Amino acid sequence: MGYIRLEKDSDGIIELIMDQPNQKVNTLGDEFIEAMQAAVNDIAAQKDDIKGVYVRSGKETFFGGGDLNKLLEMPTEMDQAEATRVFEGIMSAKAPLRQLETLGVPVAVGMNGAALGGGYEIALACHYRVAVKDAQMGLPEAQLGLMPGADGVVRMTRVHGLQNAITYISQGKQFKGEKALEKGYCDALADSEEDMHKKAKEWILANPEAAQPWDKPGFKIPGGSPADKDMDQGLQGLLFFGPVNVMINTWGNFPAAKAIFACISDVARVDFETAQKIEARYFLSLMRSNVAKNMISTFFFQLNALEAGASRPSFETIPKTDCKKLGILGAGQMGAGIAFAAAKVGIEVVLKDISQENADKGKAYAKGVCEKLASKGRMDEASSEALLGLIKPTADAADLAGCDIVVEAVFEDRKIKAAVTSETEAVTGAESVFATNTSSLPITGLAEASSRPENFIGMHFFSPAEKMPLVEIIKGEKTTDEALAKAFDLAIKLGKKPIVVNDGEGFFTTRVIAKTVEQSAAMVLEGVNPVVIENAAKQNGSPVGPLTAIDEISQATAYKNGQQLKADKEARGETVTPNPATILVNKMVEDFDRKGKVFGAGYYEYPEGGKKHIWPGLKEHFAPNGYKDIPFADVQDRLTFAQALEGVRAMEEGVVINPADGNIGSIMGIGYPAQTGGVFQHINSYGVKAFAERAEYLYQQYGDDFKVPALLKQKAAAGEKF
Amino acid sequence: MAEAYIFDAIRTPRGKGKPGGGLYEVKPIDLVVNLLDAMKARHNLDTSLVEDLILATGEPVFEQGQNIAKTALVYADWSDVTTGAQLHRYCAGALDAVNAAAAKVKAGFEDLVLAGGVESMSRLGIGAGGAAAGDPWVAMESYGISQGLGADLIAEIDGFSREDCDKYAAMSQQRASEAWEKGYFKDSIIPVTDKNGVVICDKDELVRPGTTVEKLSGLNPSFQMFNDFGHGEFLKFKYPEVENVNCVHTPGNSSGIVDGASLVLIGNEEGGKKAGLKPRAKILSTALTGTEPTIMLTGPAPATEKALAKAGLSIDDIDLFELNEAFAAVVLRYQKKLGIPDEKINVNGGAIAMGHPIGATGAMILGTLVDELERRGLKRGIATLCAGGGIGIATVIELV
Repeated sequence: MGYIRLEKDSDGIIELIMDQPNQKVNTLGDEFIEAMQAAVNDIAAQKDDIKGVYVRSGKETFFGGGDLNKLLEMPTEMDQAEATRVFEGIMSAKAPLRQLETLGVPVAVGMNGAALGGGYEIALACHYRVAVKDAQMGLPEAQLGLMPGADGVVRMTRVHGLQNAITYISQGKQFKGEKALEKGYCDALADSEEDMHKKAKEWILANPEAAQPWDKPGFKIPGGSPADKDMDQGLQGLLFFGPVNVMINTWGNFPAAKAIFACISDVARVDFETAQKIEARYFLSLMRSNVAKNMISTFFFQLNALEAGASRPSFETIPKTDCKKLGILGAGQMGAGIAFAAAKVGIEVVLKDISQENADKGKAYAKGVCEKLASKGRMDEASSEALLGLIKPTADAADLAGCDIVVEAVFEDRKIKAAVTSETEAVTGAESVFATNTSSLPITGLAEASSRPENFIGMHFFSPAEKMPLVEIIKGEKTTDEALAKAFDLAIKLGKKPIVVNDGEGFFTTRVIAKTVEQSAAMVLEGVNPVVIENAAKQNGSPVGPLTAIDEISQATAYKNGQQLKADKEARGETVTPNPATILVNKMVEDFDRKGKVFGAGYYEYPEGGKKHIWPGLKEHFAPNGYKDIPFADVQDRLTFAQALEGVRAMEEGVVINPADGNIGSIMGIGYPAQTGGVFQHINSYGVKAFAERAEYLYQQYGDDFKVPALLKQKAAAGEKF
Repeated sequence: MAEAYIFDAIRTPRGKGKPGGGLYEVKPIDLVVNLLDAMKARHNLDTSLVEDLILATGEPVFEQGQNIAKTALVYADWSDVTTGAQLHRYCAGALDAVNAAAAKVKAGFEDLVLAGGVESMSRLGIGAGGAAAGDPWVAMESYGISQGLGADLIAEIDGFSREDCDKYAAMSQQRASEAWEKGYFKDSIIPVTDKNGVVICDKDELVRPGTTVEKLSGLNPSFQMFNDFGHGEFLKFKYPEVENVNCVHTPGNSSGIVDGASLVLIGNEEGGKKAGLKPRAKILSTALTGTEPTIMLTGPAPATEKALAKAGLSIDDIDLFELNEAFAAVVLRYQKKLGIPDEKINVNGGAIAMGHPIGATGAMILGTLVDELERRGLKRGIATLCAGGGIGIATVIELV
């Protein structure tokens, strides 16, 4: 059986049925291209004897995207011959679709399920698009660092105009149902597959002269083209400010964002056939880019693997568990955020705090989140009511009875954590898992307060918990696989992305982010311009600069945590060596009384009604004779390399086993630049050996944080990747 | 080697560069022809002796396009042997035309050449013909920002305040007013007339006598919008040490938008002899250089240093400096960098007071320089401009 069947119906309409052998969903690859070309040739030979063509899927859903495995294998360096061969391959995928839309017979498509990426590009080549109501349509390629390459850009520009095409493609917008109809993603909706076939065929019979708008004389792109003599003012503004905004939103780190914007402008200036070639050239440049490979590898393959349980005990030994009732201790922002996330997916929540008043405040927070969503039209009253109905605020520990899992989200204070642990275990069942939500205190130590340390685990949520996707699950020394499975399954149920790590101070994420904080502090102390540090972080692709981040958390909080850590260590008889971060924070709090943004004074000044700016005191105290000038690239790399190297150390020590956990954790938890694919993928794509060499340079210049770990040296020598 | 002499330098008055301005009704080609006629008449010139006309324009399109130089020569009934070419080097165009002409006559390849520029900003505003830099992909790869924000960036980096810039602007206005009042420009400004001889415009319309720092301080920054809509962040690719650009340039301390044209007659001994012309000055050296293109406007100082080195001179050998007042901070930076006192630079005001007709300005300031060196009985001067893409240009002259 081939990929494509042609079946002529009694009305003279040819059904072009896509049904890839041995695959659950149709994909766009060589096999498709070959089959499509043959099918179109076949149709062309009989075009005078048919009424039209109806393109549809022979599977339960319409069409998947391209073959991502093949993209990962694409080399970044190509010689001219290789690049030419790939370019011609891209053109050959476009050819049958272009031929089909210009045959001179009406072509309709029926989307019986998701039509994303390559699948939707096929639909775009048809004159009339019918979709069943729940079929998602769109071009999500940008989210993986790519762009459409089968004339999706060329056609979207002609269907929607430049402004909308840029938005839809850059953001990977997907629509279904009425919204899709309204946005022009399809021409008609169908209630069922039968209805879809009927509507498509009726249209074919009623429109024998059908052609694409862009193939009709006098066609103009909606909203105008940059080639227009009298260009639309809005379009002028878009083309003037748009490119700059692409650059400052991505800091040049996402080639796809640049390529999509420029390609849309370029393809709007020329005829369709020329536009096809232009799109192919941009597309090829992205196929070769490291960023696309990093994103495909981390956000597609690794994330899918993690979600499927790569770091969970096998489903065969421990079948999927289901948390039906969740206890949460501490109704602060963190506890309340988790309560919201849990109730949202239908879990019964007991939200306990030391007083009913505090617990009620926590529920009020969840209510606030509901209202915010409602105001944006993203939650209706019924579901908001149902959600809040599932949250029971209480001051009584007895209410925790029957909870499958209890998440503790109280202050980072060992004594309090110990107290609530025993209080909880007194009322919960022996099977109940106790998950402590701490960002740094080792789990094994906290488990000493537990009478059932085998059921004790760490679940590190990130604030605000109702939004942040990551949950770092930490196994203590005695934590069992059963407890791990339950925590993991809960995280999945909450819609979170769980990573699994072993115990250790700061686990993975906190320990890794600490290195950037230390490096930024070290640079301030060395007299590097704080503005340069902040801009270096931004240009690296970090969501915020490290100094901004500390101002937001507040120096006061960092100071308190530092004191706690110091006291802890001293209590254990360890000596405490101050690092740059603690030295700087101590000075800020003790000497300069600058305790953070909430106090109105941190690394930044916060003038009333004015723009925040770096506190001049930093220059006065740390660079009185002028800033220290070090290469900007060094400033940038100090911030990222410090983290990646710490990630390698965490792997050496067995805290993280699977690089996927480290990659996802670093991006989703602590804002490691997404284009790198995470700490380990960054090293891979930089080149392991080159990374080690650069680290060695940084070590010579800037000290121990950059000392090349043995594991990295080993891999560099062996030519291995992470 | 031959010398490159300046025999004459003339210009039109500068009309406000918008509809309603004094020269708005005049086609750009007529601005040129007005000067061609005057040049011919002033020297009873046998036009067949003039070999070429190099004319710069910032918007070489539409009615200013397709080689306005040769078109103007034909239209003005100059000799068929006189050829013409159009040149684009952004704001440096007319001085570049002068320098190209000087190079030709100094080499002896040609003996008598006209150079200058024309710009009708009222009829063809900046960007009228589109720009290579406006392409999205090119823009993303080139890190260009609003030129005026580049001037604000200079002020930010060099620490010039709004008041510093306004003080300079007020001085330019005061100097230009005085120069007009005392008639310093009268020999070189050719009033623009219509086909009946009726005067259309005979003065620089933008000059505002009585301008004070206080009055200027009330104006809104011109480039704040560019700063706020992304350019203020975009520049950090090149200037990561900048936290925030304080926008200090306004219509009051930036060059004015005007219409105008300029012409300089350049030749060697041979050319002068044949045409019976008397040299006024000679060109000692010229220089072009490129600087960091995002900030864009820092070219004049390195161009000056390069031209001086070529001439074997130092800053102290120069009596007067004419630096195009594109923006106040451009001049302030130049003065600071090279140690030039107010008394020696732009002594009769500049483009902040009189306007900057992009392609035509370079030859205008050169003419002003020759006039003022003669009036003061001084010897040497430099004309210099900043230009797009970070280009700087300079020309060193000496009276003969």
